[in-house]
Amino acid sequence: MVDQEHFEPVIIGFTCNWCSYRAADLAGTARVKYPPNIRLIRLMCSGRLDPTFVLKALAGGADGVLITGCHPGECHYLEQNYKALRRFLLLRRTLVAMGLEPARVRLVWASAAEGVKLAHEIETMVAEIRALGPLRWGHNGTASDSAHDTHAYAMAGQEVSP
Amino acid sequence: MSVKGSKPKFAMYWASSCGGCEIAVLNTGLKILDVDAAFDVAFWPVAMDAKYKDVEALPDGAITLTLFNGGIRNDENAAMAKLLRRKSQILVAFGSCATEGCIPGLANLSPAREVFDTAYGTVTTENPKGVRPQPETRVPEGVLHIPVFSPTVRTLEQVVPVDYSMPGCPPESHQIAMVIDLVIQALQGKAQLPPKGATIGAGASTVCDECPRQRNVKKITKFVRIQELESVDPNLCLLEQGIPCNGPAIRNGCGALCPRAGAQCIGCYGPAEGVVDNGARLITAFASVVDSNDPVEIERILDGIPDPAGQFYRFNLAGSLLHASRAVR
Ligand code: SF4
Ligand code: FES
Repeated sequence: MVDQEHFEPVIIGFTCNWCSYRAADLAGTARVKYPPNIRLIRLMCSGRLDPTFVLKALAGGADGVLITGCHPGECHYLEQNYKALRRFLLLRRTLVAMGLEPARVRLVWASAAEGVKLAHEIETMVAEIRALGPLRWGHNGTASDSAHDTHAYAMAGQEVSP
Repeated sequence: MSVKGSKPKFAMYWASSCGGCEIAVLNTGLKILDVDAAFDVAFWPVAMDAKYKDVEALPDGAITLTLFNGGIRNDENAAMAKLLRRKSQILVAFGSCATEGCIPGLANLSPAREVFDTAYGTVTTENPKGVRPQPETRVPEGVLHIPVFSPTVRTLEQVVPVDYSMPGCPPESHQIAMVIDLVIQALQGKAQLPPKGATIGAGASTVCDECPRQRNVKKITKFVRIQELESVDPNLCLLEQGIPCNGPAIRNGCGALCPRAGAQCIGCYGPAEGVVDNGARLITAFASVVDSNDPVEIERILDGIPDPAGQFYRFNLAGSLLHASRAVR
């Protein structure tokens, strides 16, 4: 069990090469601080984001996923960030239906100049996920044969009286 | 059935499943006689009487071919999976339940307690005392044991290694006949079995690939349920008519039966070759037909898919990347 007090969220951040990755870079060079809980992965464009990446991150132990891209109308591949937006909204609905808190997945637009904004978004997200606690999707019951406890719990109720 | 002799042994077992896979095997018609001619049926509860202890008594690897259908819902299913793995040279995860959890796998959206409350505590069940079956029950004659319920439905491969997977709910009979032929020919040295781990008895592409409906530029402003439409265009792609068709992510091999008959593909052949998670692929496919760039309007259109988890993982939840709802944990 992770100690809630010392819980350090792991957040996977998918960034666009042309905007948000540079924004993160800018934050770095400008010495704007943001928490080290985020692991950034650079994509060429938010449109490259296959929802599989997000599911893999969550199933693999991430506590949240941040998706970033160029502002609407500013994508270097014209319309791809709108595509990312549509995917994101449908993905989030699906994840919520699977029991995920919506705050664990986020879409943020950040231009290359918005280092401070991006740092702030990351800070907010880390704080929110810290409050939510660990996700632990990876530690599920796929490997358990010793299901006795669950069974007993599920069937707490009356025994058949002989 | 033939006299037990030196012929290779065949087994078929059902774990958590509906029995449709067995029907599909019997639906192969005369092909079933080829099975009888080529194999001794060592164990096949639906077709002949045999006890678990008969299987236990066989030497390891004694069964040449086992078709295992059904998912792993309880410890009896898991024990049979392990037993048959040990006794079989070729273990095939047969049908959607064994390969990906199928409809029983949708129970992975709910904690076990809710599953039991629904089964034993809703209006359709006469159960005034609120009895729940227990793993052990004392009766005057002694103690009764029933299988222990697992927290989630697992696929066969999540419990034991499998040699081949054969998708479908159920697998189409002509595909089963082909696989039976192939195994028989391989036993006679006339053909080679595919590499271990392969998906057999199905295509490698998508249902869309086999679907004769015409696709143009898919863009819609509304998802609809098929029964809400006054008429369905018989030639146009269903997804382009707003009907949530799962064809773009789903493995072909069925011949696109449903879309040909005017009904959307619901996904029973599981993820197509190269699709890691068919929910993820379907999210991409469905999102790409939505005709809007405005978040509010997009959300309104997406309201037309009221149950995204059920839509995208109807057959595949247990086998998907997330495996189960967070509520189960
Ligand atoms: S989406 Fe459905 S109807 Fe359209 S081409 Fe694919 S299988 Fe056919
Ligand atoms: S180039 Fe940045 S989102 Fe497309």
